Amino acid sequence: MADTAVKSIGGVLARQGILVAFILFMVGFALWNPRFIDIDNVFGVVRSSAILGIMALGVTFVVIGGNLDLSVGSMLSFSAIVVLDLHENPAFGPALAIPAMFAMTLTLGAINGFLIGYLRLNSLIVTLGMLSAIHGLTLTYSGGQNMDIANQNETWFGVFGRGTALGIPIPVLIFVALAAVLGILLAKTPFGRKVYAVGGNPTAATFSGIPRARVVFMTYMISAFCVATAGLIQASRTMGAQNTVGQGLELEVLAAVILGGASLLGGSGTIFKTVIGVLILGFIQNGLLLAGLEFYVQFVVTWIIIILAVWLDIATKRGKLWSPIA
Amino acid sequence: MQNDTVKKLVRNGAIWAFILFQLVFFEVAGRWWSLSDGAFMDMDSMLLLLKQSAPIGIIAVGMTVVMINGNIDLSVGATYALAGIVMLDSMNWPFMQAMGDSAIPLAWLFALFTGCLLGLINGVIVWKTGVDAFIVTLGAMLGYRGLVFMYNGEQPTYHLNWTMVDFAEASILGLQTPAIVFLAVVLIVWLVMTRTIHGRNAYAIGDNREAAVNAGIRVGPHFVLNFVLIGFLAALSAVAFYSGSGSVNPNDGMLFELWAITAVVLGGTKLTGGRGSIIGTLGGVIAIQLLRRGLNHIGAQTETVNLVIGTILIAVLFLDRQLNRKGAEELKV
Amino acid sequence: MTDQTPALRLEEIVKTFPGVRALDGVSFSVMPGEVHALMGENGAGKSTLMKVLGGIYQPDEGRIYIEERETVMKGPLEAKAEGVMFIHQELSLAQELSVAENIYLGELPRKSLGRVDWGTLYSRTDAILEKLRVGFNARTLVGELSIANQQMVEIARALTVDAKAVIFDEPTASLTDAEKVVLFDVIEELKREGVGIVYISHRMEEIFKITDRISVLRDGSYRGTLNTAETNEDEITQMMIGRALDLSRNHEHLDLGPVALRVEGLSCGHLFQDATFEVREGEVLGFYGLVGAGRTEIAETLFGLRKPTAGRIFLKEEEVTISSPIEAIGMGISLVPESRKEQGLVLGMNCRDNITLPQVGDLTAGPFVSDGAEISIYDQYRDRLQIKSPSWRATVGNLSGGNQQKIVIGKWLSMRPEVLIVDEPTRGIDVGSKSEIHNLLRELAKQGYAVIVISSEMPEVLHVSDRIVAMYSGRIMREFTAEEVTEDSLIQAISGITGDAA
Repeated sequence: MADTAVKSIGGVLARQGILVAFILFMVGFALWNPRFIDIDNVFGVVRSSAILGIMALGVTFVVIGGNLDLSVGSMLSFSAIVVLDLHENPAFGPALAIPAMFAMTLTLGAINGFLIGYLRLNSLIVTLGMLSAIHGLTLTYSGGQNMDIANQNETWFGVFGRGTALGIPIPVLIFVALAAVLGILLAKTPFGRKVYAVGGNPTAATFSGIPRARVVFMTYMISAFCVATAGLIQASRTMGAQNTVGQGLELEVLAAVILGGASLLGGSGTIFKTVIGVLILGFIQNGLLLAGLEFYVQFVVTWIIIILAVWLDIATKRGKLWSPIA
Repeated sequence: MQNDTVKKLVRNGAIWAFILFQLVFFEVAGRWWSLSDGAFMDMDSMLLLLKQSAPIGIIAVGMTVVMINGNIDLSVGATYALAGIVMLDSMNWPFMQAMGDSAIPLAWLFALFTGCLLGLINGVIVWKTGVDAFIVTLGAMLGYRGLVFMYNGEQPTYHLNWTMVDFAEASILGLQTPAIVFLAVVLIVWLVMTRTIHGRNAYAIGDNREAAVNAGIRVGPHFVLNFVLIGFLAALSAVAFYSGSGSVNPNDGMLFELWAITAVVLGGTKLTGGRGSIIGTLGGVIAIQLLRRGLNHIGAQTETVNLVIGTILIAVLFLDRQLNRKGAEELKV
Repeated sequence: MTDQTPALRLEEIVKTFPGVRALDGVSFSVMPGEVHALMGENGAGKSTLMKVLGGIYQPDEGRIYIEERETVMKGPLEAKAEGVMFIHQELSLAQELSVAENIYLGELPRKSLGRVDWGTLYSRTDAILEKLRVGFNARTLVGELSIANQQMVEIARALTVDAKAVIFDEPTASLTDAEKVVLFDVIEELKREGVGIVYISHRMEEIFKITDRISVLRDGSYRGTLNTAETNEDEITQMMIGRALDLSRNHEHLDLGPVALRVEGLSCGHLFQDATFEVREGEVLGFYGLVGAGRTEIAETLFGLRKPTAGRIFLKEEEVTISSPIEAIGMGISLVPESRKEQGLVLGMNCRDNITLPQVGDLTAGPFVSDGAEISIYDQYRDRLQIKSPSWRATVGNLSGGNQQKIVIGKWLSMRPEVLIVDEPTRGIDVGSKSEIHNLLRELAKQGYAVIVISSEMPEVLHVSDRIVAMYSGRIMREFTAEEVTEDSLIQAISGITGDAA
């Protein structure tokens, strides 16, 4: 009986439910603590979710393609540190620092893409290793020092992280714009279709003439691009960065993508659903804060969310709540 | 058949050849680039090496067992930190303070119990939900780290007890306590894997799960036991280390899982399970520690070490894939 | 072997799967100390019957008796406890463990503290190995043994229990002649021990060499049992296929175009050797043979999925090298693969997207995929193939097998290939869709396509092909035209018997 319940609940959730669940959650929490839906609070959550959200867009491509990217957190730190450093470097200045940083971050993404797409190494281990390698790279680059912009008022650099346009914070605009572009890329172009195919059934994709290795490579490039964008915003917002600014973000990003309904087995998920997942995660964290719980309780909650979400996904697919392991 | 024997020799012997190579390489390179005048490795530094290998080494032994099963555990670093915190903090509790030095074994017990409990949670989730071990422990990596920070915020936890420190620094034949614990763990787990039913079943389950199930082996409880084991070992490692250091930072243990996995894979264990050896892992641990020392010896920064080790891990993964291909007849998918 | 109690007896076993009655009241018995062959075409029900015996399937109706005691076997463990051992085609051994540990998997003798009692383990294993007179010892790692020896280890497992019956499923598929001799000696030994042996195989030569009785299944029903000594190959073949063929033999003579594909001496390791054949535009070339004969491997090589170790391929008389499916598709070769679920479809995607997948990069309006172009292709092939699906948005995983297969065929037809290879076109499909697909294949030939059909079903390959290539053990044994082929000669060719005629 639990099994049939799982099948039906899971099926519904998989289709619309994540939206429904989100609405229910918001309503419930708002009733419990009216401050939750105070307009300033809501805007605050959306604004602070922008960086995580942009990273989640890229990781969505990787996950739909059937892989993982655990290097995004340390890649963010790298991007932020590099762009700030180059900003202060007279040979570069703000205008050149940005493309230079993108080039470097994309190179890191290319390494991921090469190892996982072409050499077909295990994406968990490789991106875990890259997490550490990039962290080391960041420390070497910065000499262990934090980066700061000296003359914060004399640069236009802050526009990405601190500016507003039409009353909307620039980070949010960038997030929305990027989500729109990537959403169309995923849903409406041949490339997007190929990502779904490679993640859904890599064997059948190859049998259908799809260049699996190249597609996987591109998903990691997209992820790196998103991380570079997020790093730019991060650096611009605080006009300075620590070497560990992105630490731990990879798991939150993954949680958001999973919450949004993408299956870790590959082949399903959408940009829109990821955006919802990002918002849900943001509001859950916000709710925990408003409830007076300390910051780190989020980690425990995220853990539980990841396990429950993946469990539900797997249980729906196999039709049984409990696993058949003897 | 010839090919198989060659492959087998390469696999088992490679790590030791690599260690030998490092010893020679760094000795020679050190003559040119070293900051110090001394030889690269002598008896004293070898013993120190073993002691420094202990924290990751003890965990790597547990990781070997879990990976032979075909699983993985990414939460060991957080378990290590939490166990260390529990041990030191418990010494500060009133009733423990009242007991004086005889509270020490009790503190150890608390820490070990914490490790076992965290491992048990992972194991039961893997068994009952069927969610893949890497996701379960990936989440736990975050969740347990959250518990670590929730315990004492961002402050270090400390307790200084000279008896504990004396114990940690006691040495037999030049080997300090952590090194002894490490070697003892290697020996005991090696015996378990090669001589007990539980150990042999671990290989069977990792190698051919279906055959194992059909033969009546109960896979679920087996998995749980191994997760408890690695949790226990992570805690044991913390006990050995923190007894001597007396202070735990909430960020401690970060990336231990990566080093442990690297050591295990370097030592010849297959990522997909079914094959691996504790002795090989011992080699892997020593090789990594040697690499650290060696790079230091020739003046490289610590960050470079991360880079080099990451590269080696990838190279080993690649080689492993090459050695496992079936040759001309493989389907190019 | 006279009035003994049968070691094993199945009575009126019925087993149905959705849409298929795999076993229709089969009764079958094996005497202790006899070697009893079980024969039948692919799909006749042999392996289903044995899985019922081995405890992997539960019969819907019917009873099983072990030594005349009614038994229910809920799984392989219970079957083993009852003394029924199944030696599978895919070996279930742990490669990293020793022979002894594999033989006693799950039942290692124990000492205190959970330790393995190695002494007892090795002495018991040595005793068994000695009985089988094998060349390896108990401590060897299974992974280091040849396939033949690994099979011996599986057989040795049977001797750890008081085996009443041992079932062999195509045991000689991967063995050399020398290794076969050793296997037959072992079977003799088992006979002497009073074990009842069921021997499932297509290979006539062996069956007539070592078996005592032969039982034949056809289309899920039991056709009869004969004493081996009193019958011959032709009679058995007749029992296996003797149906009123409701599908007429293909006697059409079509205008053949030029040679589309020619293959000379193509080999790939031990998978297939020295394949030489050609296909013209306007004809269907059928490949018939047992599983493992090498047919699918040739198709995979032609599609760029395998690298040949020798030989040449000519497309329209131009020599080509095909290194990947992308290249193959570019050259006009399409492959409808053997396993539609694992190789042919992305089950989570909808019908339309599956059909347009290989060419989705070309169906664009600007940078975007053109919905209209895609839908029109889907509509076109839905009509042509009569695909029954609620709409193009339906998830392919929810369609019936027949419709799924039509989607795969539609996918490749829409590529307008020069050479279309279809591997097992109607496996697991309902009768209605089956005949639709057969008609389609004939239609395609009429339209000038060069078609290769790989099949394990005789009526199908006879009905659809203009010429038939019979393969056995990686080699092409014989090529037949539609006029000259007979069921008997075809079966004999694929069972390894070389015909009199060249």
